[in-house]
Amino acid sequence: MRIGLLVAAALLLAMPAGAQTATPAPNSVAPANAAEGDWVLAPKDYANTRFSALDQITRDNVKDLKLAWSFSTGVNRGQEAAPIVAEQTMFVVTPYPNILYALDLTQGGALKWKYEPRPAPAAQGVACCDVVNRGAAYDQGRVFINTLDNHTVAVDAKTGKEIWKVKLGDINQGETMTMAPMVVNGLVLVGNSGGEMGVRGWIQALDAATGTVKWKAYNTGPDSEVLIGPEFTPFYEQDRGKDLGVTTWPPEAWKIGGGTVWGWISYDPALDLIYHGTANPGPWNPEQRPGDNKWTAGIFARDPQTGQARWFYQWAPHDLHDYDGINENVLVDLEIDGQMRKLLLRPERTGYVYVMDRITGEVLSATPFAAVNSSKGVDLKTGRLIENEEKHPVLGKVIRDICPAAPGAKDWNPSAWSPLTKLLYIPHNNLCMDWESVETSYIAGTPYVGANVKMYFGPGGHGGEFTAWDPIAKKERWTIRERFPVWSGTVATAGGVVFYGTMEGWFKAVDAESGQVLWQQRLGSGIIGQPVTYLAPDGKQYVAILSGVGGWAGAIVAADLDARDATAALGFVNAMSELPNHTTKGGTLYVFALP
Amino acid sequence: MRAGIFAAFVILVGAAVLLLVFGPITYVREAREFRPDPVAATAPPEIRMTDLQPGLPLPGPNPNTGGENPSWYERNAVALSEGQRLFSAMNCVGCHSHGGGGMGPPLMDDKWIYGSDIKNIYATIVEGRPNGMPSFRGKIPPEQVWQIAAYVRSMAGLTPKQASPSRPDHLQAKAPEASYPEQPPAGGLIPPSATAPQ
Repeated sequence: MRIGLLVAAALLLAMPAGAQTATPAPNSVAPANAAEGDWVLAPKDYANTRFSALDQITRDNVKDLKLAWSFSTGVNRGQEAAPIVAEQTMFVVTPYPNILYALDLTQGGALKWKYEPRPAPAAQGVACCDVVNRGAAYDQGRVFINTLDNHTVAVDAKTGKEIWKVKLGDINQGETMTMAPMVVNGLVLVGNSGGEMGVRGWIQALDAATGTVKWKAYNTGPDSEVLIGPEFTPFYEQDRGKDLGVTTWPPEAWKIGGGTVWGWISYDPALDLIYHGTANPGPWNPEQRPGDNKWTAGIFARDPQTGQARWFYQWAPHDLHDYDGINENVLVDLEIDGQMRKLLLRPERTGYVYVMDRITGEVLSATPFAAVNSSKGVDLKTGRLIENEEKHPVLGKVIRDICPAAPGAKDWNPSAWSPLTKLLYIPHNNLCMDWESVETSYIAGTPYVGANVKMYFGPGGHGGEFTAWDPIAKKERWTIRERFPVWSGTVATAGGVVFYGTMEGWFKAVDAESGQVLWQQRLGSGIIGQPVTYLAPDGKQYVAILSGVGGWAGAIVAADLDARDATAALGFVNAMSELPNHTTKGGTLYVFALP
Repeated sequence: MRAGIFAAFVILVGAAVLLLVFGPITYVREAREFRPDPVAATAPPEIRMTDLQPGLPLPGPNPNTGGENPSWYERNAVALSEGQRLFSAMNCVGCHSHGGGGMGPPLMDDKWIYGSDIKNIYATIVEGRPNGMPSFRGKIPPEQVWQIAAYVRSMAGLTPKQASPSRPDHLQAKAPEASYPEQPPAGGLIPPSATAPQ
């Protein structure tokens, strides 16, 4: 195994000079013992760039890309996971029942072992948006996964034997776990899902060797439980004060207030800070929770060793439209007005690309990248989202034509940053909605939503877009329109090629500069997974993607929903009623290479 | 004065006689249970989930449709509209939406994983089901479970059109239950002639 890694490293060094200059983003520090040809974390690196320095596949030869091998996961639900590559092995975790497969890359993807955590079947009933899992994580010979029934598991990468398994949440409280774990300095960072079930959101750090909980931070409630102490210095006035996680809620409402952590975590080793978003407050009906509902729908910077918060910024104070704030935080260093700045790029559900100073939490700019009428911009003095009163939900009244819709201008599916083009590639939605707030009561373990929602495609009549965004110029370079929301992740490569997939099942390679589609292949089922690229033991660059439609957007197919009810799947089905005419269920890994 | 009282007496007696003679013919008062069983009495009815059986059919009526027949609920507009109200109040709507499904399966289609008879639906609500349906045993009084079960059948057009809910005062999620083409409910409540095209 060691020799294999050495060979891989040697091959990397032996690559053409172009590859040498194609260094990753300044902050793209690879996790310990990961070769550039590996893909050990779902976001590729700590900075969440999803950029690969591999450049064998280029804009000139990508047209020759061919299927190398494929593997059926045996699970026909939404495949949102990123395949993980380490130790000459690929690790793929399925949606519920969360089977972890190890595929031998020296043997063309032959099954090496599989690990079955056997989560409680009842967990399927409290998973808001299909029974997805967003991927495994590899570190120091261990593979980590989260299960739908709230376990974090460490598995031996060589043998598939369970090292530890800890229970962190309770399905009877509506909790599930769907995010890909993040590993930082021997700590496994995980969070819960269930913002539609009235759960109380948290993030925890576990010892990678033993599974022992090192710290746990809630995202609502008193400062002592949110881990807010003397180090906490938020940039904006509105985030300063004692126990705001209690006082910005009606009495006791913070206990069932959401603020889950089911998305992405970034890490800056130089500043020694992690960045994670917090999801929507519950219930959706905002009139049942007057106040700013801290610390939901925002972003925390925390000390990874202690969990202590350093700063916080709220994308949507008193969230009105289910704008979870859990998207990826892309850490890059760029020149703004002649000055190098440590930045955090964030394409957010509210419809804006936020460019933030990741040291202080200051918003430098917030520019719409999709159709937005639910707000009128971001006040850069106060940091506050400027609400559009016309689109404010009112109990018992149907408010029409709110853009973006509840899944936001962009949901969980991560963007990629290329340090070569200095563009952010954003897979996203073009959705608007009608919204009627209705009164709802909290019953533990059942949905706590309180809204009738009906979504439809936004301006232009298409459901999704794939946009190359210039964060400095604050405008798009190019945009590809897609029939359905682009619910897949994306990867940018040093070969000048960017990959993503569509819900109809097209896997596409586009020119990173021009957006021209250079190659596309129809896969078995719609694509909502995260493409990755890696260097196999044979020295060749491969591209891997899971096909298998589902997730919130694809639930109509994955769960056989009935489109005659416009409000099905929290209103998403109305927009997706045509999807069953384009794709069927699936669950297959596809791996491509040049001949 | 006397004559007045006598006249009133005659009218009253006459009215009583008329009511006694003709009342039962013209109007049957709907029987309502004003003190239904409390929550603790939630027990599943005697049912089976499949008609497949080894050997000969069992003697006697099908337990799902025979015996004490709770199908009263699905012929009664008040019970159905109460069921509709409870379907939201108990957060059923959060998972099953307005019948199209989401976290839970759709209820307005013709696929019934655990049986479509009202007793099957009652049992599903009370017992829960292994892939995510919670058990409401001891949480909802039986009377209300029957009402919800009846409403669930109306979502699929399995209840009489005259009784099914019409348009609600909310965002129009779907065509109202009462507008669905009526399917004859299991158990032969409506003679075939009544469902045939007029």
